Amino acid sequence: MNTNKSRRRFVQGLGAATAVGVVGIPSIALGAAKKVVVVGGGTSGATAARYLKMADPSVEVTLIEANKDYYTCYLSNEVLGGARTLDSLKHGYSGLEKEGITVVHDYVTGIDAKAKKVTVKGGSSFDYDRCIVAPGISFKYDGIEGYDESMIAKVPHAWKAGEQTTILRKQLTDMKDGGTVVIAAPPNPFRCPPGPPERVCQIAQYLKKEKPKSKVVYVDPKAKFSKYGLFVQGWKKFYGYETDNSLIEYIKSDGVEELDLAAMTVSTTTGESVKADVLNIIPAQKAGQIAFDAGLTGDGDWCPIDLGTFESTIHKDIHVIGDASIATGMPKSGYSANSQAKVCAAAVAAMLNGKEPGTPAFVNTCYSVIAEDWGISVAAVYRLAEDRSKIVSMSGGLTPMDASDEAHRRAVENAYSWLNNITSDIFAGG
Amino acid sequence: MKRFPLRIIAIGSLAMFLSQTAMAADEKPKTIAGASASMLSNTCAGCHGTYGASNGPSIPTLAGMSSAYLVETMLGYKSGEIPSTIMGRLAKGYTDDEINLMGEYFAKQKFVAAKGQKVDADKAAKGAELHEKYCEKCHSESGMAAEDDSGFLKGQWKSYLAAQMMDYQNKDRKATKKMAKQLTKMHKKHGPSGIEELIEYYSSGE
Repeated sequence: MNTNKSRRRFVQGLGAATAVGVVGIPSIALGAAKKVVVVGGGTSGATAARYLKMADPSVEVTLIEANKDYYTCYLSNEVLGGARTLDSLKHGYSGLEKEGITVVHDYVTGIDAKAKKVTVKGGSSFDYDRCIVAPGISFKYDGIEGYDESMIAKVPHAWKAGEQTTILRKQLTDMKDGGTVVIAAPPNPFRCPPGPPERVCQIAQYLKKEKPKSKVVYVDPKAKFSKYGLFVQGWKKFYGYETDNSLIEYIKSDGVEELDLAAMTVSTTTGESVKADVLNIIPAQKAGQIAFDAGLTGDGDWCPIDLGTFESTIHKDIHVIGDASIATGMPKSGYSANSQAKVCAAAVAAMLNGKEPGTPAFVNTCYSVIAEDWGISVAAVYRLAEDRSKIVSMSGGLTPMDASDEAHRRAVENAYSWLNNITSDIFAGG
Repeated sequence: MKRFPLRIIAIGSLAMFLSQTAMAADEKPKTIAGASASMLSNTCAGCHGTYGASNGPSIPTLAGMSSAYLVETMLGYKSGEIPSTIMGRLAKGYTDDEINLMGEYFAKQKFVAAKGQKVDADKAAKGAELHEKYCEKCHSESGMAAEDDSGFLKGQWKSYLAAQMMDYQNKDRKATKKMAKQLTKMHKKHGPSGIEELIEYYSSGE
């Protein structure tokens, strides 16, 4: 509100200075419209575009995204298990366009921090006053011997929802009963920490119903994973974990080191060898490619930022949000990305108007569906540390280990309701 | 040079030890306070919808809600008096002042009634009568009047209402004296189907 008022004052002042001359001058000549280019229309990029426009409608917001449709990663494990369709996770950009955001479907090839210009494959370029980069993740395919990107049609990662999800689902439905599904989890840090053990649940649920002689072998290089106690409790309760009839075999603290694609066999660091009928390798991760091309990653795999504004500590006037950023203290989750994008949008709106960015506040909430009517959650409220070195959890925690059946049932309902709300918050109903 | 008696040194190091353990227990670094009402409230939108208008059947709409009711409910979550799956964990992260700011913010937003809920028309008709008889006095205009300082009923989401009524009936959530009395009266006369009919009524139309 203040923004509009002060802008009006500014324009009035100009009008007075140029007296009658103001009538013929197009508003753009007054130099009032600030331009922001958002690179990437996933969870954080689309949220930032929308909340920036909400904070200051006078800003010209252009969102550049290669794909016309977006499929959320969250809840896509349910597509693998057969509980929902991929279509139920599909979103478009018409809602954002209706709110005055210019959406360009093209592939960003460069961000020139000096000239303050974004270029795209189609040849055009876009000037900006501030740029928000939300490139998501890319994969490090070189960590496993015998494995590379060319194999993902046969060995899907399904860690970006869409075609990859469909491939893995089809492999599961084609598999004979008695088959082995191998899921290989990535090392830290990676998108959606509870995602791999939830995937184990969703696939085990499918096998239990349709192919009960089969099993899931879960290979994880880490000693523990997110919501560990609650997941293991769920594995035991629903999938016979640690009994002779377990649908789940868990190889802990041991990563996949080598793949023999012809034999569909993986070998682990400790020398275990597992033959798979369906093989899901979730590779180690890093920021999306454009972050590297634009020099936003420094020497590492992710983008260093100021935690209060998400402005890059490498390039001025460029902000990095979502999974690609180093948001010390918060997990790389969909809710985190949505929450951080709002903090960034508020900061960008303030900075464009020559104001101090306000105090940030963050939330993360994350549900995992272990079985029908059995969900678990982790949630936290966050603030920025005074020295800006980290984002600090003020309260929060996990579903209690002794939560009632009814509480677990409500958690599933809440997960589905959350999906409706967060996606309409991000895509403005589109 | 005078030597410190051993006892004083011992006390001194004990004090030091105590202050260190106090620091370890309270090692949360100082954080920046002063987030605005919209900054705080926007963090809720991921679950409760943009501006607090929910699209999800188990998560209540906050937009347009009475500030007093929202604040009272949040404080109930914070103290643990009101049971919850997740809100108790989150509410503890806000100061009372911040909760007041959020209450004021959501009260200013436009209420959007829940859309597309499946409703049993016969039950809803019976529920309308029950509402008139047992609830209308405090929840006027079918519970749509925010100035009653009670939560929305008509136009709120069905699953959320059902969960809350279950908690009231199980005495997990404590009703006010008046409400407990009315619920008991209604239950005596109409049994569990009375609650169901009420919920159908609140979930119907706008």
